[in-house]
Amino acid sequence: MAMTMAEKILARAAGRQQVSPDEIVVAPVDLAMSHENADLVRKTFQQIGRPTVWDPGKIVIIFDHRVPAESEKTAATHRSVREFVRAQGITHFYDVGRGGICHQVLAEQGHVRPGMVVVGTDSHTTTHGAFGAFATGIGATEMAGVWCEGALWFKAPATIRILAQGEFQAWVSAKDLILFIIGRLGADGADYRAVEFDGPAIRGLTVASRMVLTNLAMEMGAKVAFTPVDDWLLEYLRPRTAEPLERIEPDAGAVYESTLEIHLERDVAEPQVSCPHAVDQVQPVSALGSVRIDQAVLGSCTNGRLEDLEVAAALLAGRKVHPDTRLIVIPASQQIYLEALRCGYLEALVAAGAMIDPPGCGPCVGVHQGVLAAGEVCISSTNRNFVGRMGSADSQVYLASPAVVAASAIAGRIVAPSVLEEEVAACLA
Amino acid sequence: MSRLILRGHVAAALGHHVDTDLIYPGRYLNITDREKTSEHLFELAYPDLRPRLGPGAILVAGRNFGCGSSREQAAAAMRYAGVQAVLAVSFARIFYRNAINLGLPAVVCAETARIASGDELEIDLEGGMVTNRTQGVSLASAPLDPRAVALLEAGGLAPYLKKKYAA
Repeated sequence: MAMTMAEKILARAAGRQQVSPDEIVVAPVDLAMSHENADLVRKTFQQIGRPTVWDPGKIVIIFDHRVPAESEKTAATHRSVREFVRAQGITHFYDVGRGGICHQVLAEQGHVRPGMVVVGTDSHTTTHGAFGAFATGIGATEMAGVWCEGALWFKAPATIRILAQGEFQAWVSAKDLILFIIGRLGADGADYRAVEFDGPAIRGLTVASRMVLTNLAMEMGAKVAFTPVDDWLLEYLRPRTAEPLERIEPDAGAVYESTLEIHLERDVAEPQVSCPHAVDQVQPVSALGSVRIDQAVLGSCTNGRLEDLEVAAALLAGRKVHPDTRLIVIPASQQIYLEALRCGYLEALVAAGAMIDPPGCGPCVGVHQGVLAAGEVCISSTNRNFVGRMGSADSQVYLASPAVVAASAIAGRIVAPSVLEEEVAACLA
Repeated sequence: MSRLILRGHVAAALGHHVDTDLIYPGRYLNITDREKTSEHLFELAYPDLRPRLGPGAILVAGRNFGCGSSREQAAAAMRYAGVQAVLAVSFARIFYRNAINLGLPAVVCAETARIASGDELEIDLEGGMVTNRTQGVSLASAPLDPRAVALLEAGGLAPYLKKKYAA
């Protein structure tokens, strides 16, 4: 019988001909990723009492949530993970200054390939469906179990298919598309489901932009999310891995629970903004009215990639961040930092008055590097705007694309980039 | 009484989409002593709720409880605060697995709107029934999967695996 991506990968992993939604299968794990919470995994692993992890070559540990250590407590956590990594012979470990945000590092270092089963102790592990992997987030205790057993039970999810066609309008990006979809389906609209994004508009996206879709699918509850495994993706992966790459696709005739069709010109005619305090509170930017901002943040596993820094640099070149606003920019990885440096993006951003944070999660976890005071308002290219997410419980976070974040940093209020163009045109007239 | 029949009072009835940042703020994620996590439960969003949670407390919520971050401290902190079960119309999937893996019963019940703070409940985890003794109604709940029952009986995944490997 025809199968979706999720069914196909799970069936193969579990050694079965077929898997249908709601069936429970036990599948071997191909890659198990953790960040700083590897310390919690380690504690539980040691409590279980196994002497060695199941496969030190299949575990990847990447520090990103608190880098460099912001406190003595975190420094001690980092140290205990380093000691564990050494003792267990874990081969893939990205320490401070060696990697960046876990999901970006997994991608650019070629750790994830089509057809793999990937688990990570981070909810945005769904990102790796952009590489054709069945990839999902789990808790630290469950990961300790994976470190022991090398396998995990999964309930096969039903799949929602999202087909997008049409052209992306000026200043409209993958971020705007996925915010629109989350607004339409709701914060639990894909709970326990797989999501498959497809259609000409999706196939035309860069790998970096596809990662935005699969990353944020988590914010509507998705267990896993996929974009197509096509030539473009294989080209991205080939220089990054020596392993064979397989073109895995859903079968024609696979059964979908529902299908959502998006026409970009009609549905996402302009940039979208997610308003406090829930990701599904989405409005087109023109509907917002005047929202003054204290801070703008460009970064995270959602939108801290080279193309994101590029669009911000293009908007900010020759302009200044508004005097009442601060702009924080966080390249998603060391590699992106270096490329942005070479391309001159960082120079343009710094000259405009941006502060560059080191590659990592930055203020998105509400710990350091730009947390918000009570009463402050932030526009951010990150992924969550829950109460207290980026600091005070009385602060407000709006989520938008890198272009809207950059334009808003210049304007000192939330605006579409087209507003800046109109202002320039008005000055010249 | 079997440990899979729970009795207790509802400490709070919460709404929809209670996310894990509300339950356990990100700033405390570097606390790795699980017992200490309970001090910060609901701290930013519902500061008056924490003192009402004690041994045997039951929490009730609407849809998509525990959405957001995979941080298992959200479930661990509740357990260490003494919460004996969470009932919700639906759970975000990572929270649900974390709860069971940490020995905290998470019960899916479509009619949690018929339960109020202070109500006395009896929950039959395997039978799939919630009896609201205060209001005199019985509400259907999803019976726990045998896999979840085995984990809860062991006290969570870690003790379950420890026992398995010791055998």
